[in-house]
Amino acid sequence: MFNRFANPNRFLRLSRPLVPVMAWATVLLMAAGLYMTFFTAPADYQQGQSVRIMYVHVPSAWMGLFCYVGMAVAAAVGLIWRHSLADLVAKATAPIGAAFTFLSLVTGSLWGKPMWGTYWVWDARLTSMLVLLFLYLGYMALQNAFDDPERGFKASAILVLVGVINVPIIKFSVDWWNTLHQPASVIKAGGPSIHPSMLWPLLVMSLAFTTYYVWVLLLRVHAEIAASKIRALRMRQASA
Amino acid sequence: MDAVTDFLAMGGYAAFVWPCFAITAVVMVALLVQSLAALKSREATLRALQQAEEARPRRRRTPQAAPDSTPDTGAEVAREA
Amino acid sequence: MRGFLAIVRRDLSLAVRQGMDSVMVVMFFVLACVLFPFGVGPEPNVLARIAAGVIWVAALLAAMLSLERLFQTDYEDGSLELLTLSPLALEVVVLAKIVAHWLTTGLPLIVASPLLAVLMNLDAAGYPYMVLALALGTPSLSLIGGVGAALILGSRRGGVLLSLLVLPLYIPVLIFGVSAVDAAIGGFEAKAQFLVLGGILLAALPLCPWAGAAALRQATE
Repeated sequence: MFNRFANPNRFLRLSRPLVPVMAWATVLLMAAGLYMTFFTAPADYQQGQSVRIMYVHVPSAWMGLFCYVGMAVAAAVGLIWRHSLADLVAKATAPIGAAFTFLSLVTGSLWGKPMWGTYWVWDARLTSMLVLLFLYLGYMALQNAFDDPERGFKASAILVLVGVINVPIIKFSVDWWNTLHQPASVIKAGGPSIHPSMLWPLLVMSLAFTTYYVWVLLLRVHAEIAASKIRALRMRQASA
Repeated sequence: MDAVTDFLAMGGYAAFVWPCFAITAVVMVALLVQSLAALKSREATLRALQQAEEARPRRRRTPQAAPDSTPDTGAEVAREA
Repeated sequence: MRGFLAIVRRDLSLAVRQGMDSVMVVMFFVLACVLFPFGVGPEPNVLARIAAGVIWVAALLAAMLSLERLFQTDYEDGSLELLTLSPLALEVVVLAKIVAHWLTTGLPLIVASPLLAVLMNLDAAGYPYMVLALALGTPSLSLIGGVGAALILGSRRGGVLLSLLVLPLYIPVLIFGVSAVDAAIGGFEAKAQFLVLGGILLAALPLCPWAGAAALRQATE
């Protein structure tokens, strides 16, 4: 029983000092990113000031995808090497990724209103993100559906691995379906031709979102470790 | 003053730009606060349990040393803890 | 192979003995489709336009109905544990149960689909394509659904959870199934869509039993 926690304890010792580092990094990067977003980044010649939405929309979408990949890697490690810490990382990543995906949808539709004239179009990228949100919600629902947390970890790990094989297929089919039904979308942001004055704020904001992710991830993993210790202690007290 | 109102107007896109940043801020702060609160409450529970755990074996050693003693004492100790 | 057939036969005879299962699935399929003319109005043009999509969505939902009990009864009465201990590879067991599921739900849906095509005023040129698309698509639905059914064993709120897990994964099959029929009706080449549907099936055929077996193993551990 204690062997199982030897590893998490070392992780706790190593990662505790990282929490304030990540917190400060997030605060500073976010402040710099917001300053650049509103004061140094130029308005787009076509989209005017509304282009500033890009600086939260694009990082959210990137993080939404990044978290899913991270969750899949953690789930695979947890499943193959029975690494309990990886299970906790996968579980802790899910709500953060879902939040970012949700944000990318909301900001995308708020950006779409002035650009497309409507809050929602079945644009290929928006639709893919919507499906991704459902995948996150399904993962979290399965994770929490078992009385035995160990079952939740394993079942949801298999689900996220099935999902990660499916994500490219879903993306491909949604793109295909979309080109069939309507012309390409109006917004072409994030292409390689983006001007440096817009690229820098985007990169700083993305970095801020990443440090935020690490910060909240550490907090959640620490909480999960505490929860599993509580469970172990309760079990022992019940059996004593 | 005009510069401020101009800035807030966001070239006519204020109704879309500001809600975007507001919702992002609300969601990110809420997730952070929820994570922090969960961590705090679990650590508090864990500490309480660990203290109870440390207190326990010391008291239990007495009934174990004298197995003939009434089982009631053990139950009372557990209730005290 | 003999063990595989034995499990298929056992599940089929169970389905026959309990009766009504396939009938219920087909009835749900028909009813769900029949609701649409009430929802969107009876104009033949409108119905013809949405026919393929409605039939596919209804088939998707109908295929999900009996999924929940794919492994549930075996899990509860303990025969699943016996199956995991049997010399037969668990992957083969899963595949056999999925084949039985398809024979009791997918196949009746395919048989019933021309009737619905008539009710939904689908262009007559689309009938054979509809049947062919369903024949290629519904096995994938059973395979993907089988993984979901294995994952929810022993969970709370199984049925609702299952739909939340499985429906997003059904989207590619839905997209290509519908567009195959639409393309054929519109007079376009539908070969690409059928090839993708076949590709999905070929990929799901080895992967889903494997993932399903992994899920069953952790459920019976």
